[in-house]
Amino acid sequence: METAIDKTGVKIGMWIFLYSEIILFGGLFVLYAVYFHTFPEDFAEGGKELNRIFGTANTLVLLISSFTVAASITAVQRRKKGQAIGFLIFSLLCGLAFLVNKYFEWGAKFHHDLYPNSDLLLDSEPGFNIFFGLYYTITGLHGLHVIIGMVLLSISLGLVIRDKVTDQRYAMLENSGLYWHLVDLIWIYVFPLFYLVL
Amino acid sequence: MEQVKSFYETPSPAGLTGIKAWLLTHDHKRLALMYLWAVFFWLVLAVFLGMALRLELMFIGETIMGPEVYNSFFTLHGVIMIFLFVIPAIPAIFGNFFLPIQIGADDVFFPRLNLFSWYLYMIGGLVAVISLFTGDGFADTGWTFYVPFSVSTETNVSLTVTAAFILGMSSLLTGLNFVTTIHRMRGKGMGWLQIPLFTWSLYATAWVQILATPVISITLVLVVIERFLNIGLFDPARGGDPLLYQHLFWMYSHPAVYIMILPAMGIISEIIPVFSRKAIFGYKGIIISSMAIAVAGSLVWAHHMYTSGMSDVSVFVFSLLTFLVAIPTAVKVFSWISTMYKGSILMTPPLLMALIFIYLFSVGGLTGLVLGAAGTDIHVHDTTFVVAHFHFVMFGGTGFAFFAGLHYWWPKMFGLMYNFKRAYISAVLAAIGFIFHYIPMFILGLQGMPRRYFDYLPQFETGNFLAGFGGILMVAGILLMFINLWVSFRVRETATADPWGGTTLEWSVPSPPPLHNFVNEPEVLEYPYDFSGVLARAAKDKG
Repeated sequence: METAIDKTGVKIGMWIFLYSEIILFGGLFVLYAVYFHTFPEDFAEGGKELNRIFGTANTLVLLISSFTVAASITAVQRRKKGQAIGFLIFSLLCGLAFLVNKYFEWGAKFHHDLYPNSDLLLDSEPGFNIFFGLYYTITGLHGLHVIIGMVLLSISLGLVIRDKVTDQRYAMLENSGLYWHLVDLIWIYVFPLFYLVL
Repeated sequence: MEQVKSFYETPSPAGLTGIKAWLLTHDHKRLALMYLWAVFFWLVLAVFLGMALRLELMFIGETIMGPEVYNSFFTLHGVIMIFLFVIPAIPAIFGNFFLPIQIGADDVFFPRLNLFSWYLYMIGGLVAVISLFTGDGFADTGWTFYVPFSVSTETNVSLTVTAAFILGMSSLLTGLNFVTTIHRMRGKGMGWLQIPLFTWSLYATAWVQILATPVISITLVLVVIERFLNIGLFDPARGGDPLLYQHLFWMYSHPAVYIMILPAMGIISEIIPVFSRKAIFGYKGIIISSMAIAVAGSLVWAHHMYTSGMSDVSVFVFSLLTFLVAIPTAVKVFSWISTMYKGSILMTPPLLMALIFIYLFSVGGLTGLVLGAAGTDIHVHDTTFVVAHFHFVMFGGTGFAFFAGLHYWWPKMFGLMYNFKRAYISAVLAAIGFIFHYIPMFILGLQGMPRRYFDYLPQFETGNFLAGFGGILMVAGILLMFINLWVSFRVRETATADPWGGTTLEWSVPSPPPLHNFVNEPEVLEYPYDFSGVLARAAKDKG
């Protein structure tokens, strides 16, 4: 039925989907904005609890992985299959590193009795509780997106290995890459909001 | 027209026969029909739930069910009607079937995604059913899932909300598919101003679906998170603000009412010119008003919250914006009426239903202004006045447009014609029942009867009795309508390719259409509602 694949159309579809993901997080950023306006002091207090080193490390990991994903697409276009596979595996490892890092970061918070519904948060200032509520909701949902992105990248990796993704037909890889950039992009906003500005 | 195999008769590829030919199909026409049967099922179920609610209210005190069941029933009625009927019905059935044909394409842009959307729709419905029978019963929150009640109630809100989330995904992906299809797959000669108005209305709708649905998704996710982790994001005791929930909820759910009504307006814009044998009045005006409704409709959400404790400034701004939406809507209504003026009217069941739509929708729209004005809204807020208003718009509007579309495109979808007389009787019966059903609710609301109440004061008994009586007539009319359509499968009176004299592309192909929609390269008219050809053909047939 379809003789030639309309690449522009596929991209339009993907970009619209990415846009909807941004709106999804937009709802959470709206909550952040309103509560930040209501409780600026408590938010500053909460921000001090977060570890900038963890945050910066994760930002770097994501930025680098975004680059390697883009590089893998270029490699596929240049028919360098080995390189593309290498870049993709590296990106997946970066994703894994992000999650491990997040695990330790959350673990440290749990250790300090800072988790939803903990005694400390129940007794603290309302704004402090809201700050950590938002922290867990936003970073948790972002973490979920990291996992989805990794699944997509793994599928693309499998397709590259099995020669289903070639320099003629790489929409799946490109779209997974776009999704990965989205995960990165959202983090670029999450990072300063929680770790830097407070 | 030469004999070609319809998409029903075209043999499926090996391995895709029997039921698989349907369940694994990528064909937009088959998917549309699969949606059709699923939507029929939900519609009939929700109609009976609604009927049960009205029977309960016909007499004071407990009549046929207790208050807990009543609460679950109105929630279920709302959830099904909103998420499983009004939002998907027209885009998923008629949109899937006719959008590609109207623009001269052989399918939607992402056929596999289309199948996936159908599965999401079915899974969403299934989850809703499961939530009925597990846990502590179906949610009793109303379809709006307002916090704090939705977070604290014992009933199965999480699963119900998950169902709504999945259905939202389905609707979003359909919208994404339609936008891409319209941008990339228009046939030769099909510029933007050759696109039929139904497809245009779907285009506007699809953008609202894409822009608004993620907001409800995140809101529903937050409800589930609150229920499981109890973070307190909307709990005032712990710093949260319940008003924010309402903002987020209506930021989607108000634009959603335009997801419901815009495609309905598209159907009416198709039907009126065909049976007036006259070019539509204000083709561009209707397109612009569709887009204007999509834009302005996205900026009016807080008019649901005048009494929730917003600032006076917000109330003023949102009230003003709400009034602005009335302008493009009125442009459409006047365009339809102007189209009929001096047209040569050919009365058929679809036209009658379109006329019922215009009448009922106008009443619904005008009472909407009563609610949009902050002062009067405070008097009638949360009364049955509101219930009557949105049923006039959603059911008198979208519901009747759905019936009109069903009767308009039935011969094209199945190649069969139904009995006109029974169709007329059922439409009139449903409309009379409708008026008897909802007009008393306007009056009761003005007198102060709150909505969603299981019982009421003695002075409201007459009105509630009348409403219940009207409801019975209305349900009888709808059932007769469906039976009539069903009978057409038995009688098998075949329909011609163009039984009405339409100008849009779906009428240039056989009924039902062949697998790839077109036999020859479609000839696109310079102006989509140019009836000179249709009139010339009719004159020739007369001799």
